[in-house]
Amino acid sequence: MMTTSLNRIHASVVQRQRWSHLFAAIAIMAITIAFIILVALFGQLLWQGMPKLNWQFLTSFADPEANLAGIFAAWVGSFLVMLVTATIAVPVGIAAGLYLEEYAPKNWLSDLIEINVTNLAGVPSIVYGLLALGLFKYYLNLGESILTAGLTLSLLVLPVVIVNTREAVRAIPGTLREAAYAIGASKSQMVFDHLLPYSFGNILTGVIIGLSRAIGETAPLVTIGALTFIAFLPDSPFQPTFPFISFAWLKAPFTVMPIQMFSWVSRPEPEFQVNAAAAGVVLLGMTLVMNAIAIYLRYRLQKNLKW
Amino acid sequence: MLDTLPITTHTTPKVEATGLNFYYGESHALKNINLALPDRKITALIGPSGCGKTTLLRCFNRMHDLYAGNRYEGEIILDGQVNILSRRIDPIEVRMRIGMVFQRPNPFPKSIFENVAYGLRVRGEKNKAFIEDKVEDALKGAALWEEVKDRRHDMAFNLSGGQQQRLCIARALATEPELILFDEPTSALDPIATRNIEDLMDELKKKVTILIVTHSMQQAARLSDYTAFMYMGELIERDRTEVIFNQAIQQKTRDYVSGRFG
Repeated sequence: MMTTSLNRIHASVVQRQRWSHLFAAIAIMAITIAFIILVALFGQLLWQGMPKLNWQFLTSFADPEANLAGIFAAWVGSFLVMLVTATIAVPVGIAAGLYLEEYAPKNWLSDLIEINVTNLAGVPSIVYGLLALGLFKYYLNLGESILTAGLTLSLLVLPVVIVNTREAVRAIPGTLREAAYAIGASKSQMVFDHLLPYSFGNILTGVIIGLSRAIGETAPLVTIGALTFIAFLPDSPFQPTFPFISFAWLKAPFTVMPIQMFSWVSRPEPEFQVNAAAAGVVLLGMTLVMNAIAIYLRYRLQKNLKW
Repeated sequence: MLDTLPITTHTTPKVEATGLNFYYGESHALKNINLALPDRKITALIGPSGCGKTTLLRCFNRMHDLYAGNRYEGEIILDGQVNILSRRIDPIEVRMRIGMVFQRPNPFPKSIFENVAYGLRVRGEKNKAFIEDKVEDALKGAALWEEVKDRRHDMAFNLSGGQQQRLCIARALATEPELILFDEPTSALDPIATRNIEDLMDELKKKVTILIVTHSMQQAARLSDYTAFMYMGELIERDRTEVIFNQAIQQKTRDYVSGRFG
């Protein structure tokens, strides 16, 4: 009797352990497959595009001749559009997130807003493109410009920033808030002296993840009318004459990296496929650099935070 | 139900709660509390878990105002003059005069110096020399100065648990409060750190009035001048500590301090 029950326990342990090992094996397989696919994709892109990646490619404009064509207008365009996007989405998103999390009264209206903001993060980007087409291009008459593109992508990034800000702020323990209040801090002092600095690393990570999603977006920009062939740069924001700074570039027509890629991919000549691959390497590089910055900033800003 | 007894003290009360009721939404958490805190004495709040000790403590600096649905009735009179529960009194002003130390050390993730200086910065104090002085005084007052004077700009979490709790006391002291509320300040600390904090409180009472919530009856007996026993949201009895522990009038109090329940 005694021995049989002990044997049964042993058998059960052996069986459960077997399941654990099996699951671990499946998990390792899954991660390996994912990794191999990633490496294969990136490797193929590199293999195809590498020969084309040189200074000439980075500093040349679009050209009907594949070996003369470059991505100058595209990467400058991507950079400027991202600049506009970040300038709008970051302050508005952080402020909205802080408001919803800390200031808004908890009632059915704030619940409704919360559900909607979360859903907005999942809306297909083409829908934002249609909204932008109607609102920015036709209603506000902003044209097919860098400003319109930046505004459009900031719509896309905003929900991500808002949701991330809320989560980052929510992660600050209540004991720290109470510590600040107990010493006589007002709400805004609590928010700006404590919540914001302590959660800034995570907020910034959310911002950069949002931006690195936006930099690869094609559909909404095609909708608002991004060009595929541009042989000039927008006006420089810095001018030699007073007032030394110019916002004319905001109204300039533009193209961006993914659209440049798309237009090359759709060409029949194989040389353009190589150009597209090379542009893909640059775009991937831009995304990786942004993510690396996010990881670094989070590490730097969170290093001295512990509670 | 027992009626709480009128309070007779030989020292003037620094703060006095009269007819205090408190509600968490519908739940009636504190029932007609009358409690005087004599000036520059330590008053301990004891009672079984859930009896409302911490709830009562947090009325004194209006921490309950931070959360929706909480409601006070009655009065807490400071210096015989002003009802700090009045809607016309800003809780921020109350908290600037009444400090608080929490159950677990909760220093800000900033430097030791900045933790203590924060109370002054909140007030808009900009004078560097003045802040330096006040921080030094507060750290000395919390018996932490000797240990940290050469590393004031280190992060606070590099300190041990007991040092962190003394830092939180220094943080509260920097703004020279008249009353300090301690919410089970040693429950997360080892016996030696606990001893240090108790010695410190004994020293502090020369200058400030202290209200402490404690789970440990020994701590209340060792430390406090007055002890109040609470049970199910009511203040059953409050008297000099030796009276509560030796000749309490109420049967409930006697049962609790002799360990028959709780």
